[in-house]
Amino acid sequence: MTNHGSGAPGLLRRRLAPEAHRSNALHPGAWWVWALGLGTAASRTTNPLLIGLLIGVAGYVVAARRSSAPWAKSYGAFVKLGLVVIAIRLVFAIVLGSPIPGTHVLVTLPEVPLPDWAKGVRIGGKVTAEGMVFALYDGVRLAGLLICVGAANALASPSRLLKSLPGALYEVGVAVVVAMTFAPNLIADVRRLRAARRLRGRPDKGVRGLLQVGLPVLEGALERSVALAAAMDARGFGRSAAVPAGVRRLTAVLTLGGLMGVCVGTYGLLTAEGAAYGLSFLLSGLLAALAGLRLGGRRAVRTRYRPDAWGVRAWLVAGSGLAVAALTIWSASYDMGALHPGVVPLVPPTLPLWPAAAALLGLVPAFVAPVPTGEQAPSTPVRPVVSPEETS
Amino acid sequence: MIRFEDVSVTYEGSAAPTVRGVDLTVPEGELVLLVGPSGVGKSTLLGTVSGLVPHFTGGTLRGRVTVAGRDTRTHKPRELADVVGTVGQDPLAHFVTDTVEDELAYGMESLGLAPGVMRRRVEETLDLLGLAELRDRPIATLSGGQRQRVAIGSVLTPHPRVLVLDEPTSALDPAAAEEVLAVLQRLVHDLGTTVLMAEHRLERVVQYADQVLLLAAPGEPPVLGDPAELMARSPVCPPVVALGRIAGWSPLPLTVRDARRRAGALRERLAGTEPRQEEAAVRPVERPASRWPRPRKERTPEKVPAAAVERLAVRRGRVEALRRVDLTVTPGETVALMGRNGAGKSTLLSTLVGLLEPTSGTVRVGGAVPHSTAPRRLIRHVGLVPQEPRDLLYADTVAAECAAADRDAGAAAGACRALVSELLPGIADDTHPRDLSEGQRLALALAIVLTSRPPLLLLDEPTRGLDYAAKARLVTILRGLAAEGHAIVLATHDVELAAEIAHRVVILADGEVVADGPTAQVVVSSPAFAPQVTKILAPREWLTVTQVREALGAAEGAS
Repeated sequence: MTNHGSGAPGLLRRRLAPEAHRSNALHPGAWWVWALGLGTAASRTTNPLLIGLLIGVAGYVVAARRSSAPWAKSYGAFVKLGLVVIAIRLVFAIVLGSPIPGTHVLVTLPEVPLPDWAKGVRIGGKVTAEGMVFALYDGVRLAGLLICVGAANALASPSRLLKSLPGALYEVGVAVVVAMTFAPNLIADVRRLRAARRLRGRPDKGVRGLLQVGLPVLEGALERSVALAAAMDARGFGRSAAVPAGVRRLTAVLTLGGLMGVCVGTYGLLTAEGAAYGLSFLLSGLLAALAGLRLGGRRAVRTRYRPDAWGVRAWLVAGSGLAVAALTIWSASYDMGALHPGVVPLVPPTLPLWPAAAALLGLVPAFVAPVPTGEQAPSTPVRPVVSPEETS
Repeated sequence: MIRFEDVSVTYEGSAAPTVRGVDLTVPEGELVLLVGPSGVGKSTLLGTVSGLVPHFTGGTLRGRVTVAGRDTRTHKPRELADVVGTVGQDPLAHFVTDTVEDELAYGMESLGLAPGVMRRRVEETLDLLGLAELRDRPIATLSGGQRQRVAIGSVLTPHPRVLVLDEPTSALDPAAAEEVLAVLQRLVHDLGTTVLMAEHRLERVVQYADQVLLLAAPGEPPVLGDPAELMARSPVCPPVVALGRIAGWSPLPLTVRDARRRAGALRERLAGTEPRQEEAAVRPVERPASRWPRPRKERTPEKVPAAAVERLAVRRGRVEALRRVDLTVTPGETVALMGRNGAGKSTLLSTLVGLLEPTSGTVRVGGAVPHSTAPRRLIRHVGLVPQEPRDLLYADTVAAECAAADRDAGAAAGACRALVSELLPGIADDTHPRDLSEGQRLALALAIVLTSRPPLLLLDEPTRGLDYAAKARLVTILRGLAAEGHAIVLATHDVELAAEIAHRVVILADGEVVADGPTAQVVVSSPAFAPQVTKILAPREWLTVTQVREALGAAEGAS
């Protein structure tokens, strides 16, 4: 948990934002719009300083506003994934060479001779500083995008996001929620059973141990899903209202036709000569599909308990993300050089003032989003029957 | 409210019906308790009420079950969801969402209630079940009793007229069980809900029942009637009833209070005799005073205790699961670890088998350090039967399981099978462990653990899901093992079991030992952990019905 209590900034933040509870919970969609906005901005530049700033902004907001719910821990995993992406990008640049012509040769690797038909592919050879810097910039950009997605993951409850789906997609949402609670259970099962192997005097580590518990784990998972299905059935899952046959058919036609329209429209937009009819197909397809979904929702009798409202704070959070994206795109068209520092010749990147200021707009959620309190996040973990802890 | 008309259920592949000849009516607003040994079809009968039998489980249902006028043949479980609320044995398998509040609302959402109604009912239910502080908590972080209350709450919100519960208190500690039962009482008294419940731990629930539905044997038609009357001939009964039968009380008392009021004569008859105490085969070594740990050199080297724990602390993340725990177990001694859920009982057992590394302090089992000893060698010192015995079973037949156990333990071929035949007579070699009953599975796991002849035997919550007969068998087995010189440590909520076999009781609270002493002393002074016989015959230190029976038998023999 981060400490919100101390110092003047903490005070300011608390004054601006109330403590989070169920009623003022920020719409998870707002967090996603904000994060995707930052991600878009990060993808529009290769300036590592600017991307670093965006990552810093995302990280600060996560630190200030994440709860200690299980999904909030995913941020660290995304940061690590970002670092891995950078490393992979660099390794590729070293092994496969880089299209960037460079003069500063760092090291020359032995080059693998390739046959004629593989022209254009190179393995080994000269590694230039320019090539490496270019690869680094590229890797940082990807990592930035990933970290922004990670921020959204950590801040928005995935199940609440699924609750915001239209009624016709409700079953899909339930399937995803069940799967999401299922995976941690499965992992806990594997750990418990591996630990139990120790009780029979078998080593509890190694691949063999993992394979041997496979069948019992799957059996357990199957049993649990059957029990869950029974419980859901007994609690009224799958009740549906009677819908006239005509409406059902109309729903099917609208949904399928709409999706086809979307496909044709997208194809049209992507091909050079289809731009004229593409847009109209796409729009009418979208409309039809949405109408189909809405009609399909009629079949569901279910209602929603305390849905997240899209309020002023949601607008501010989403708006700040959109503003960062829009301003970065606009400044990219205005001053290309600052956002894409050159690598040939090598020049140190500078932090462009206005895009940097725009990136700082992304900090708005750290002041307006409701502050999660400790209560939503008890520190007591689940205690498995046999501890999963590694024993060494 | 619930009407069974000549109902019988036959599952596919079985020759005889699981339940048959059910012809009775459960009136509105009553708490009806299903009583019977394992395997008589209690769960099946409960399933017919919610429609899960046969719609979900398959099988053939003859006759007719109507709930609030709805026939389960024509109504699927989901169409009965607004009149019947069902909570199964494992509340975790019941949860669809991830937080308490969403879980309470889930059923109402499926029924399509108006948002305002849902909000009001969730708030009411939070208060009714005392869940208000937990409303935002992820379900995974709740304790057993809290989960059970959330599960009950989640089926209460649609305001069902019938509540069906399968063993709601079996996995709970005495205090949490009281919590859940108090809630059920309230529902029956205040809301007029009809409750149909099956439970093995009759000592906890029988006094709350308005009527008892007795399934005496498989295939026998069940009888619905007055609890005291039916308890007189029930094959399973709580200690208070057993004591009443011995003393010849009629009508039988069902509560400790009633029994106490009648126990005057019995107390007089027992006045001259002392309860026969279970003596450990070897005198327990003096426990070092925990405040002044004995210097190491003073320890007598010739007497190796089966387990020695000194100033043990275990931390998991930021949670201190155990703090400054001292415990010595000598061979032949049986120790019961008690305490509420999450007090650290399982953690202590895990540390003793080396699944957890102590954060500080020392643990020795038969001279070995558990967490750094290779599993193959460790099983010669200590064996643990986990809470879910199934975790120990991998093979698809009993014979294969036994052969594997012999290999694991380096024992002679057939050693495990001999133990299985001893503990569990009449089990065919080709039986799948999954097809065994709860008690049989426990016996199989116990046999596997015993194959390597560990001097220290640990059992985690062994009586969960066992009926009285299976429990009695377990008690006999464990007594025999203790007499052979095995040291036994069992973590349990079952005060009756502890009273039966434990020489010593250790009570843990919040990771610390708060009481440690001979069973009679520890248990008599505690309201939560005292067995029923003790409560009835207090202040004398009688613990079990067996003790009383023996004393009375001796007195009669003498006169």
